[in-house]
Amino acid sequence: MSTVDAADHAAADHGHTTNLGMSNEKLGMWTFIGSECLFFGAMIATYLLYLNRTNDGLTAFDVFDIPFTSASTFILLMSSLGMVLALDALQRRDMRAFQTWTLATALMGMVFLAGQMYEFAFFVEEGFKLETSPFSVSFFMLTGFHGVHVTVGVVMLVALWALSLRGGITADKHLETVELVGLYWHFVDIVWIVIFTVIYLIPVG
Amino acid sequence: MTAIAENPETATRPRRRGIFPRPTKTTGVVSWLTTVDHKRIGIMYGVGALIFFVVGGLEALLIRAQLATPNGEVLSADAYNQIFTMHGLTMVFFVVMPLGAAFINYLLPLQIGARDVAFPRINAVSLWIWIVAGLFVYSSFLFEGAPNSSWVSYFPQALVGPDPAGNLAADAVAIQQSRTLFYSMGLQIAGVASLASAVNFIVTVLNMRAPGMTMMRMPVFTWMSFVVAFLLLFAMPIIGIALWQMMFQVRFAGPFFDPLNGGDPVLWEHMFWLFGHPEVYIMILPAFGIVSEILPVFSRKPLFGYSAIVFSGIAIGFLGWGVWAHHMFTAGLGPVADSAFGIATMLIAVPTGIKIFNWLGTMWGGQIRFTTPMLFAIGLVSMFTIGGLSGVTHSLVPHDTQQHDTYYVVAHFHYVLFGGALFGLFGGIYFWYPKVFGKLLNERIGKIHFWSMLVGFNLTFGPMHFLGLNGMPRRYYTYADGMGWNVWNAVVGLGALVIGVSFLIFVANIFLSRNNPPAGADPWDARSVEWLTSSPPPVHNFDQIPQISDNDELWYRKYASDDSGTPVRVAAGGADDENPGGPYGDKVSGKTAKELGIHMPDPSWFPLLLSLGLPIAAYGVFFEDRLTMTAFFAVGGILTFGSMLGWALEPSAEEHH
Ligand code: HEM
Ligand SMILES: [Cu+2]
Repeated sequence: MSTVDAADHAAADHGHTTNLGMSNEKLGMWTFIGSECLFFGAMIATYLLYLNRTNDGLTAFDVFDIPFTSASTFILLMSSLGMVLALDALQRRDMRAFQTWTLATALMGMVFLAGQMYEFAFFVEEGFKLETSPFSVSFFMLTGFHGVHVTVGVVMLVALWALSLRGGITADKHLETVELVGLYWHFVDIVWIVIFTVIYLIPVG
Repeated sequence: MTAIAENPETATRPRRRGIFPRPTKTTGVVSWLTTVDHKRIGIMYGVGALIFFVVGGLEALLIRAQLATPNGEVLSADAYNQIFTMHGLTMVFFVVMPLGAAFINYLLPLQIGARDVAFPRINAVSLWIWIVAGLFVYSSFLFEGAPNSSWVSYFPQALVGPDPAGNLAADAVAIQQSRTLFYSMGLQIAGVASLASAVNFIVTVLNMRAPGMTMMRMPVFTWMSFVVAFLLLFAMPIIGIALWQMMFQVRFAGPFFDPLNGGDPVLWEHMFWLFGHPEVYIMILPAFGIVSEILPVFSRKPLFGYSAIVFSGIAIGFLGWGVWAHHMFTAGLGPVADSAFGIATMLIAVPTGIKIFNWLGTMWGGQIRFTTPMLFAIGLVSMFTIGGLSGVTHSLVPHDTQQHDTYYVVAHFHYVLFGGALFGLFGGIYFWYPKVFGKLLNERIGKIHFWSMLVGFNLTFGPMHFLGLNGMPRRYYTYADGMGWNVWNAVVGLGALVIGVSFLIFVANIFLSRNNPPAGADPWDARSVEWLTSSPPPVHNFDQIPQISDNDELWYRKYASDDSGTPVRVAAGGADDENPGGPYGDKVSGKTAKELGIHMPDPSWFPLLLSLGLPIAAYGVFFEDRLTMTAFFAVGGILTFGSMLGWALEPSAEEHH
C-alpha cells in the first residue's frame, strides 16, 4: 500500500506516467519561468532605453553604491548554495540539516531585501524618486519587481521551514515540492545577476 | 488526474476537517462555484463570453445609433469615448479570447484523450479571475466613468484624456486617472488568468496525451490551442509590464510615457503592439483550429495537408512576433523600420494563405454537407479572406499612411475578428453543442441565424471600407452633414441592427432546442477522439483512456477504404448511444468515476476566494490616502495568499489515501 500511497502524493499525476517523463508541476514551473524571462526582459529593455534620460536629476553615478550592492548580491548568490544544500539534505533525509539550510536560505534572502529597502530609502532621501526621471522610475520598477519575487520566494521558504518543524515535510512526499521552490529561487537569483550586471556594472554616461 | 483505485485499507478512516467544509455536491449552484472540471469551466467561459457579447454588442449598437446620422445626439462626446473604448475592450478581452478559451478548456483534454487538464484547480482560478476582471472593469461606471482612451490607450490621451480642458473641466485629471487605472488594473487582472491558462494548456498538451497520441496525431484544434498558449505565455508578461508602467505613470507620476517629463509615448506603443499583434493571433487561431475540424467532417475527406496546416500555424505563431510595428507606420519610426516591418508583414500572409488553400483543398471534391457548422466555417474562410486582403494593403506603408485611423481599418479588423474569429467560434458552438449538452441545435433556425448574421455583417462592415477611403476618421463621435458619408453610415447602422437580430435568433435556437431528442455520441459522423465518449461526457471523460493509432482516430475505427479510396463502413459499424465510438471505442458505462475506481480532483472554494482578492487589492490603487490604500492591499492580499495557503493544506473531500 505504502508505495502507491507515496507515489500518489508525490505529484498530481499520482504516479501516472507523463508523456515527457517530467511531472506536471515541474514542467509547469519551467513553462512559467519561460514567461518570467519576458517579464524581466521587458523591464530590462525599458531600463536600457531610459539609461540616459535623467531629467537633469541624479544619475546612476550619483546614487549607486556599488560595493554595498555587491555585498548584498554576494549574499543572494550564496543563498542559492543554501538552497542546493537544503535539497541535498532532504535527499539524504537529514531533516535537521534541511531545516537549517532552508532557514538560512530564507534569511539570506531577507538580508538582501533589507539591503534593498535601505538602498531605496537612501535614494529617496537623496532626491532620487519615482517621479524624478524615466531613468529613476525604470530603476525602481526593475529592482522593485525583483524584490517582490525574492519576497515570494522567502515566504515559500519560510513556509517549508515551518511545515517541516511540524513534520509536514518528508523526503518521501515532498522532495519535488522543495525542488520546485529551488527552481524558482535559482531563477530569481540568476535574474539578479543579469540585473546587477546591467544596472551596476555597465558604465553609464 | 489519476486512475488509482480506492485504497480499501484507508477508505474507512474518519474524514479530516478543513477550515472550510469541503464541497462535495455534484449538482446545484455550489457545485458550479466550486467545480474544477474542465468541461464545466469551459461551459462557464462560454456562457460568460456570450453575456459579455450582448454587452459589447449593445455598446456597438449605441455607437452606430450615434453615427447613423450626421450630428447625432444619442451620446455626448465623453460618453462616446467611453462606449467605444469599452466595446473594444469587451470584444477583445471578454468575448473573443474567452470564447476561444471556452473551447480550449472543454475540448483540449477530450481531444487528447485525457481526464482533465494538468492543473484543474488553477484552471478554475483562471475562470474566476477572468470573471472578476470583467466585473472590475465594468465597475468603473459606478465611479468616475469607464476607460475612454480606446482599447490601445495611447499616451498622452490615457494620461490627460482626449478632452482635457473641455467638458470634464476642473476634475479632468482626477477623472482621467481613475478611468485609466481601471483599464490598467483590469487588464492586469485578466492577464493573470490568461497566463495561468497558458501554463496549464502547455503542460496538458505536452504531458497528458493518451497512449499513441503523438504530437502529429493531435487534432488541429488542439495544435492551434497549443500555439495560442505559447503566444499567451510570452505576450502576457509584456502587456503586464506595460500596464504596470501605465499604473506608475498615471498614479505615481513615474514618467514612463509622459513626454513633458522625458518619457516616451512611443515606448507604450511598442510594448502594446508587441503584445497586441500576437493577441490578434490569440483571437484567430482557435477559430482556425475549429474550422480545420469542421471542414473535413462535412466534406467527408481528411483535412488536406494536415502537417502544412500545423506548421503554418506554428509559423504564424513565430512570425507574429516580428511584425508589431506595422501598427506604427504613422508613429515616425523612419523609412528603414517601416519598410522592414512592411515586408515582414507581407511574409505572414504566406502561412495564412497556405491555410486558406488547405481548407479549400479539403472541400475540393468532397461530399459536402451544408450543415450550420459547415456554413459558419465556410463563412470564416470567405470573410477572413476579405479581411486578410485588406490587411495586406496595410502592409504597404504609403497605403497605410492614407487609411490609418479611418473606418477602412475598422472594416479590416472586423472582417478578421468578427468575420474570422467569431464566425469560426459560432460554427464551433453549433458543431460541439451536441457533445456538450447532448442535443443538437435546430438546423433550420441555425441556418437562418447564419444567413442573417452574414448579411448583417457585410452590411455593417462592408461599407466601412468606402467610408474609410472617403476619409471618415474612426473614434470621432460625430460628423458634419455634407461630407458624403450619410448614406453609408445609415446602411451600417441598419446592418448592425440585423446582426443584433441574428443574435436573438441564436438565443431563440438554444431556447427552442432544449427539448430536442438526444444527439448520441457521434451525431456528425466525426473524426476526432472527443466523439468517442458519450454526449455529454461523464465527469471522467472516458471510462478507459483510448489507445490512439491514427490521425482521425475515430474515422479509422469506423471506416476502411475500398480500392478506389471511397470510405466503406467497417462491418461492426460506428458509434451510437449503446456503443459510443464503435466496437473498439470507449465503453461509457454510466458508472461514476468513483464506481470505476477513477479518482478525479475534488471541488474547492479556494479558486473563487483567491480571485476575489485581486480586485479588492486593485481598488486600493485608487486611494490617495496611504492608509486606505494599504488597507485594501492588505485585505486583498490576505484573501489571495490565505486562499493559496488554504488550498495547499486543504484535505481531500473523499478520504481515499
Ligand atoms: C456586433 C457587431 C459589431 C459592431 C456593430 C461593431 C462596431 C464597431 C464600431 C463602429 C467601431 C468603431 C468605433 C469608433 O472607432 O468610434 C468598433 C470598434 C472596435 N471593435 Fe467593433 N463592432 C462589432 C463587433 C466587434 C467584435 C466581434 C470585435 C472583436 C474583437 C470588435 C472589436 C472592436 C475593436 C477592437 C474596436 C476598436 C475600439 C477602439 O478603437 O478602441 N468589434 N466596433
Ligand atoms: Cu498586427
